[in-house]
Amino acid sequence: MTEPNCKMVLLTQADFDGELDAAHAAELTEHRTTCAECQAAYAELATVREAMKSADLYQTAPASLRARLTAQVQAQVPSNVVPLTPSKGRWWNLPAINFAAGAALAACIAVIVMSTGETAMVDQVVDDHVRALQPGHMIDVVSTDRHTVKPWFEGRLDFAPPVKDFKAQQFPLIGGRLDFMGGRPIAALIYQHGTHPIDLLVWPAATNDAPNPVTSDHNGFTTIHWTQGGMTLWAVSDVERAQLQDFVQIWRTTP
Amino acid sequence: MAPQSAHEAFEAAVLPHLDAAYNLARWLMRSGNDAEDVVQEAMVRALTYFPSFRGTNPRGWLLQIVRNAAFASMKLNRGTMSVSVDSPQIDPAALTDPGDDPEVSLMKRQDRGRVTQAIGALEVELREILVLRELQELSYKEIAQITGTPIGTVMSRLWRARRILAATLKAAEAAS
Repeated sequence: MTEPNCKMVLLTQADFDGELDAAHAAELTEHRTTCAECQAAYAELATVREAMKSADLYQTAPASLRARLTAQVQAQVPSNVVPLTPSKGRWWNLPAINFAAGAALAACIAVIVMSTGETAMVDQVVDDHVRALQPGHMIDVVSTDRHTVKPWFEGRLDFAPPVKDFKAQQFPLIGGRLDFMGGRPIAALIYQHGTHPIDLLVWPAATNDAPNPVTSDHNGFTTIHWTQGGMTLWAVSDVERAQLQDFVQIWRTTP
Repeated sequence: MAPQSAHEAFEAAVLPHLDAAYNLARWLMRSGNDAEDVVQEAMVRALTYFPSFRGTNPRGWLLQIVRNAAFASMKLNRGTMSVSVDSPQIDPAALTDPGDDPEVSLMKRQDRGRVTQAIGALEVELREILVLRELQELSYKEIAQITGTPIGTVMSRLWRARRILAATLKAAEAAS
């Protein structure tokens, strides 16, 4: 098997798999009109998918296995009470929803009824992060030194983003990136926690509308946004929710 | 939310993904019996860890456990398990819908056998990503989480798996 010559081949595949946003997908479509290799690759991907689809390969669990496992689960002694995912139970007409469950429910509803503007923002921020995860898109300036990252933004932005490093707290700064959000250039600071990148998007706040952090979950990513020092800040990552909350807490309390 | 007993919560959150679990195990292990053992083992682990599960994606969580159980089982059996490229471990005849027209059914069986064999012959690291993407229809992100590999690696392995599969199928077609 020969290695692809065109470095866009993996992005062509990402496009085929519906992993790109509309703007990037359009770029790739445009690219294929001039790149024979990517054009052929795209056709081949479709052929392979079609072959797999028509072969009907999905293997469902045998009934005997299902019965055995269901029995096994039900045989478990009902021990501690776990308030969890919505299930077949009808929570709304249960006489006694305890206080903790009620509070959890309120939190769920708060997320669901979050204004559509806010939901759109969460989508945008997560999309931006996912796009940045594509090879070569993550970091414009690679540096663990905030005194390098901060000046890099000067001349590229009409505001000076606050740049902090939390190496000692296991959230080292690894670089910065220029991004666009709502038609304006913004600063993206990139931190690392373990092997997971955390993006912190920063731009001047129109209003001080979120002094307290607001957390949302979206497709396995968590976003937390708040306003501080005249800036709107959005943290987005696939780290554990609690870890991102720690990160935000450290950021907010470090001068 | 209604307080539920742990096993009810498990039944509601995890058991609906049994088919996904079995499908992954079946393609990783290439044998029905081994797949059942792996799913059984994974379910025991899942039941044990479920009380501490706080995530929002029980399917991904279960598939990760299945995947780890399958790899552990393969590691344990390395050397004793013989896998031949020429003899697919999944019997294509056993997969056919009984209601099909005999001729269509024969063609289908041949296609299925060919594709099954080609996928079965892939290295397991490529096969798992191909199965998660094409049969389970998961996003790169989810695949990366389940397999514990960076997204870039998911993308390149998926690419290699598809290239090899395309070449194998083309060769098989030319030979027939």
